[in-house]
This record gives sequence, C-alpha cells and structure tokens, in this order.
Amino acid sequence: MSFDTPTLDLADNGFGKPTGPIVRFENVGLRYGAGREVLSDITFRLHPGRFYFLTGPSGAGKTTLLKLLYLAQRPSRGEIAMFGEDAVNLSRTRRPELRRRIGVVFQDFRLVPHLTVFDNVALPLRLAGVEEEELAGPVTDMIEWVGLTRALGQRPSTLSGGEQQRVAIARAVITRPELLVADEPTGNVDPQMAIRLLYLFSSMNKLGTTVVLATHDTSLMHRQPDAAVMRLERGRLDDPTGMIRNPPDRGRTP
Amino acid sequence: MILTRKEQASLFAREGVGRIRAIWEPRGASAPLLSQKAVAGPVPWVIAIMTALTVIAAAGGLALGGIARTAEADLAGGVTVQIAGPAEAEADKQAKAAMAALGKLDGVSAVRRLSANEREDLLRPWIGEQALGTGEGEEDLLVLPELIELRLNGATGKAELDRVREALAKAAPDASVSADMEWLRPLKEAISALQWLAVALVGLLVTATAAAVLLASRSALSANRDTIEIMHLLGAHDMQVARLFQKAAAMSAAAGGAAGFAVAEATVFLLAGKFAALGPGSTAAGLRWFDWVALVLIPIAGVVLAAFTARITVLATLRRMP
Repeated sequence: MSFDTPTLDLADNGFGKPTGPIVRFENVGLRYGAGREVLSDITFRLHPGRFYFLTGPSGAGKTTLLKLLYLAQRPSRGEIAMFGEDAVNLSRTRRPELRRRIGVVFQDFRLVPHLTVFDNVALPLRLAGVEEEELAGPVTDMIEWVGLTRALGQRPSTLSGGEQQRVAIARAVITRPELLVADEPTGNVDPQMAIRLLYLFSSMNKLGTTVVLATHDTSLMHRQPDAAVMRLERGRLDDPTGMIRNPPDRGRTP
Repeated sequence: MILTRKEQASLFAREGVGRIRAIWEPRGASAPLLSQKAVAGPVPWVIAIMTALTVIAAAGGLALGGIARTAEADLAGGVTVQIAGPAEAEADKQAKAAMAALGKLDGVSAVRRLSANEREDLLRPWIGEQALGTGEGEEDLLVLPELIELRLNGATGKAELDRVREALAKAAPDASVSADMEWLRPLKEAISALQWLAVALVGLLVTATAAAVLLASRSALSANRDTIEIMHLLGAHDMQVARLFQKAAAMSAAAGGAAGFAVAEATVFLLAGKFAALGPGSTAAGLRWFDWVALVLIPIAGVVLAAFTARITVLATLRRMP
C-alpha cells in the first residue's frame, strides 16, 4: 500500500505542476448543540485536479464532513480554508460566491420537483445571473453529456433513480466548479449505472475539477486507481495527521 | 384521418390552451424557480377579501365626509330669523321691519321672507293638513311663525349672529336668530364618529391583512423549504431568494387585490345609486376624484405590504441557514 502525503502548501496536481491546496481543514470539530462531537480533529488538504474518495462505515460522519466542504455547516472549532479564504469567518454576503465554485451531488439528489430536467440543470447558471439566451446551449450540451436529452422537458418524478442522479450530476457540474462534492452518488443505482456515473466524475476530474466522492463501494474505488482515499471512523480520519491513502486492498471493507 | 366532432372539439380546445400558454409562458423564458402554487397558497383570496372590505370601509368614510361637506356648503352663511309668539298682525309687522333692517345690514348677500304657503309646506308633514287651518274650527289656534332666510357673505359665527340680533333688536323684538350650521352640528358629530370608525376599520383590516400575509408567507416558505435550501447551497444570495418570494407574493396580492377592488367598486357604485335617491349632494357616494385615487391606492398598498412581508419573512428564515 502506498501513501500520498501532501505537504501543507504544495502538492502535485496530477499534471506535474505544483499547486497549493484548494481546501484546508485544520483540527476541525463539529458538535450539534451540547451533544458529543460528530467530527473530531479533522485535518487534511485537498489539491486541485485530484480525485478523492471519502469512505467509512455508516454513521462515521461522511455526510457531515461533506456538508462542511460545501459550506452547508459551520464547524464548532478549527479552521477551514476554501480556495484560500477563511470559510469559517467569511461574511454572509461572500459565502454564495464561494459556494458557486463548488458543485454538489446530494445523496438524495435534491432536484427541484416542479422544475423540468432542463430547468434543474440550468438553476445554478440562473442563480449566477447567466442570461437566458446564453444558458440554453451549455445546459442542453450538459444534459446530452449525461445522456438525458430525451428527458429535457420532463420533471424529476418521471425519471428513474439513476436518471435523477445524472440530472443531479449535470446540475453540479454545469458551472464547471473547481471542487465537486458527491455524497454516495452511486448508492441508489445498479453496478452498471454506478460505473457510468463514476465515468462522469472521472471526466470532470480530467477537465481539472477536484472531485470528492463519498462511497462505500470498494470496487468503484479500484476503478479509479489514481484517486486518494480518506477514511472516516467514528468522526475521525483514520490517520489523525490527515494523510490520505490510495485505494484500500480489495479484501478490505471501507 | 377523419376526426369525429368530439375529437375535433377536443383538439381545438387543446390547441387553444397551448396557444394561450405560449403567450403566457413565452418560449425561452425562465421557469419560476419557486412553485407559484405553493408560494401563493391562500394569499390571493385573503388579499381579495381584505381589499374588498378595506375599500368599502374607506369608501364609506370618504363618502360620509363628502356628504358632510356638501351639507356644509349648502348651509354655509345661512341664517334663519324666526318671529314667533306675537299675534299674526304683529308678527307680520315685525317681519316687514326686520326685512327692512336686514336689507341695510352690511355683509348680507341675500334676504328672503318665506311666504305663508312655504311655511305651511314646511309644517304640513309634521302637523297635518287640518292643523294648518284648512279644516274647520282650528284655524285661529295656530299662528305660523314668520321665517326670514338670510345669507351672509362670510362665516356665521357668534359675532355675526350678534350683529344680526342687534340689527333686529328694535325692529323685531320677538325675533330669534340661529345659524343654519347649528342644525348640522349633531349630524356632523355623528358623521365624524362614523369616519373615525371607518379609519379604525381600515387600520384593523390592514393589520389583519399583514398578519394573514405573514402566516401565508411562512407557510409558503415551509412548502418551498427544500427548494430554498437547494438554491442557498447552489450559491443563491439571500436577496435573490427573497426577491423571488416577494415577486411571487406581489403577483398573488395583485391578482387578489384586483379582484377585491372590482368587487368593492361594484358595491360602492351600487350603494352610490341607492344614496343618490336621497337627493343632490349624495350622488356618486359623495366621492371626489382624489377619493377614487385614494381607493385605488388600497390594493396597490396591499401588493406592497404583501411583498414587504414576504421579503422580511424569507430573509429572517434564510439568516438561520449557515
């Protein structure tokens, strides 16, 4: 088993060009109210253009960690830097700009039920203020990329789970985010569809997007051998120093 | 393919609906990000009812003011001189002397003595034909007071009335002088009370509308919570989301306000017609053009209120999101 141990500020981005981390977590802890910490001493860095798996048993805190990554949650302690900005103390008016640099694929898709596939995928562009005449092309192309051209005008409720997931992926990547976060995107689909979805994430990664994909699926991790793996166990990263492992052996269940 | 009449009708209806929808929802226009149905909820109905009640209450208050103004204008400067008490001949003598004295008085624009017939006409509804002396036996018992109508150029305050009394002191010692406006005072006080009631009603209705819109906004917010959260996480600014809500609330309020205003206007015109039968001065419910403008402003204020309430409700909720 080999280890990828990125330095604090520099790492290989996969293209032979050293770049600083786009995400930095430093001793991050999170508790809800007066309860126990659900995440403790989380320290890691994510580098541009890399592919990361986040794995661990159910209840380990993967979704919570992803929420911190896509700024849906504030930590109780520690520091989080996103794209070089202090994400913890960032003003409310500036947080949306940061969020627009992050694409999110939610575990339960979270598509807007009364909007069509086209409008769901167009949503981030509309929120970013893109003119209507300028968004038709990119949105149609993106929907074609995920293979749902025939469903352009359909509502999410008429689509299968795999199709909804692809719409969610298209929505997450339509703005070409620098960081793509996906929470168990293959959890509700068959193995064949899971491989197709991984291909979509991998394609985005090849275009330079940093991908963080939470999954239990070991076989999926082996299909992305260049990816680094973060393993969470009871709210802590396996390696308290924040070191990131390559995919585990086939025999090991994450 | 040959279509049956029923199929042709169905196709025509579908095409018609499609054409209307194409006009209403032009191609390429952005779909509403919020479910209009969920956002609007009962707001249009609430606003319609509240607008109708508010406009009717306000129109009532304004019309009462109009009626009071008309009556005031009719009676302004009017003074009545009454010579009652002496026998008919003496009353006649005093009336003639009073006419002469009043004719010389400064500030009098018109003076007129009412004829016997006019005085009888005034009393006939109250005491009947017989008592007026057209019957047998009672004609000597009732002496009608002499009445002189006087119109002054200015106000009819205490000083002016004293001046008239002084002028009549020698010529008609039995004359009593009263300003016509004094008769109006109880009516004016009643109208004023009703106007304050209308103001209170409008105030209560506005408060109730704000409360209803607030509740509806919260309910709409709850119905669209998932969508709002998604928008929030996809990088929507709080103001972007608030603008969507306030636009939806404003549109619902505009629809409800227009319907409520139409109902209220119809009611006001109907009542105006009934009041017109009371005589001049009460026509068109006594409303002036700027009263109508004020009434039109009520549904507009409803739209502004709904939009503002939706905005502050949504912003308060969004602030609780990280």
